[in-house]
Amino acid sequence: MEAKRELLDLLLSDARQSTEDIARQLGTDAATAENLIDELESEGAIRGYQAVVDWDRADEDHVRAEVELNVELDRETGYEEIARRIAKYPEVSSLRLISGSYDFAVDVEGESMHDVSRFVSEQIAPIPEVTQTVTHFVMTTYKERGVYFGDGDDDDRLAVSP
Amino acid sequence: MTELTDRLSERARDTPPSGIRRFFELAEEMDDIVSLGVGEPDFSAPWAARTAAIDSLERGRTSYTANRGRRDLRERIASHVTRYDLSYDPDEEILVTTGASEAVDLAMRALVDPGDAVAVPQPSYISYGPTVSFSGGDVISVETHAENDFVLTYEDLERSGAADAEALVLCYPNNPTGAVMTREELAEVAEFVREHDLLVLSDEIYAALRYEDEHVSIATLPGMRERTVVFNGFSKAYAMTGMRLGYALGPAEVIDAMNRIHQYTMLSAPTTAQFAALEALESCDGAVEEMRQEFDRRRQFVISRFNEIGMDCFEAKGAFYVFPKCPPGWEDDEAFAEALIREERVALVPGRVFGESGEGHLRVSYASGMSELKTAMDRIESFVTERNRG
Repeated sequence: MEAKRELLDLLLSDARQSTEDIARQLGTDAATAENLIDELESEGAIRGYQAVVDWDRADEDHVRAEVELNVELDRETGYEEIARRIAKYPEVSSLRLISGSYDFAVDVEGESMHDVSRFVSEQIAPIPEVTQTVTHFVMTTYKERGVYFGDGDDDDRLAVSP
Repeated sequence: MTELTDRLSERARDTPPSGIRRFFELAEEMDDIVSLGVGEPDFSAPWAARTAAIDSLERGRTSYTANRGRRDLRERIASHVTRYDLSYDPDEEILVTTGASEAVDLAMRALVDPGDAVAVPQPSYISYGPTVSFSGGDVISVETHAENDFVLTYEDLERSGAADAEALVLCYPNNPTGAVMTREELAEVAEFVREHDLLVLSDEIYAALRYEDEHVSIATLPGMRERTVVFNGFSKAYAMTGMRLGYALGPAEVIDAMNRIHQYTMLSAPTTAQFAALEALESCDGAVEEMRQEFDRRRQFVISRFNEIGMDCFEAKGAFYVFPKCPPGWEDDEAFAEALIREERVALVPGRVFGESGEGHLRVSYASGMSELKTAMDRIESFVTERNRG
């Protein structure tokens, strides 16, 4: 169990590193590391591997909004059903049920503010259970999934010290 | 006027520049260096400790403290070291110093008379020898050996003539080798020490950085507490090197003598750093454990890479150093280190800098991020294979 936890830490810090390098850090061999990864994948603990993209530097038009969603449940429809319906849109990059003053937190991504607002008003808002949407456009991303987008502090240690 | 160089004390003239200096200068004049030559963590001090330092400044706590250090800090240190089964009275047996380095210097000055000999195992941290000399003492070099993974043995002590020494310096987990000593191995040393009535100056600054087992202090062995001074501090475990804060634990008579010298030379350790240290002990165990785990991954990574490349590297279980052998065909660690920095721009420190028995080895610090370590190891590998082909 602890090996899996450590493996997850390693993949979270760099999912592109070679299985050999992962094995060396875990003090094991590549085949064992590979098996552990396979297990995590088949258990569904690892759902995918993605790049962390700083869109401001990617020279692409990209807009993201965080949308607060309130829904009204009825006897036939629960959160699961609503979530399944919203999740199928490729514009929705993340979808979470949360505690507090609204129900779902939805990340919506598109090429322009117009795209995103149209998507919310034409696809999300009309869903019968949705009672309210509040759209917050992201202005600047400073940190994403643990990766800070600013310039790191230089290593100002002496190059060689006792 | 007489040339100033002629007016320098004999002591100053006799003090050679540190062997690390040359590699430092080489590294400084090159761009794109990847350095595995750094003797301090690449992390910053835990945020809580930094905040405590800032808070203390905001509250205007910028005055001296008691010579021995703040009482609350000494109390906290006393309870902290119980994790190593060490028990010291905060009023009489603990002295807070400006880095563990000051504590080592004070202990030498308090215990060594001109002509006294101090046994210093090699390879070891570069400061012990000079501090013995500053006190007018003579160094008896005790060679430890690669075939024992640089653990100090009874035979090493016997062979070197350490029986004639007043005191023995110990440094485990060790800089530069990363070697550690188990209770059984320390028991042999303790036996020698008791037989020949030596004192022990045990530098345990890397105690928190052990990877396979728990740190054992020699002071916990039978009959050793009364003849041992333990040094520790905040530099390595809490990544607070620049804060300059350490401490000494020992019998009241020795700590009192050290404090008498300390009160004239340093007065008290840096106040801001004492506040940071207090918080570090209070709340930063978790941060230390995270750093330790990260170091452990890197340690296993570099050890296996070196062995794969054909550079024999024993399994160092402490500090953040490994001590591989030069690859086959290279006897001279200094020549290897120099060629490596010039051709591949990877800085590491030749083993001989830390004493003769370090010859043929290299000190490699893994206090660098994984991506630097990977780059460095790739460069070392290509250097070694190119040379073999040539």
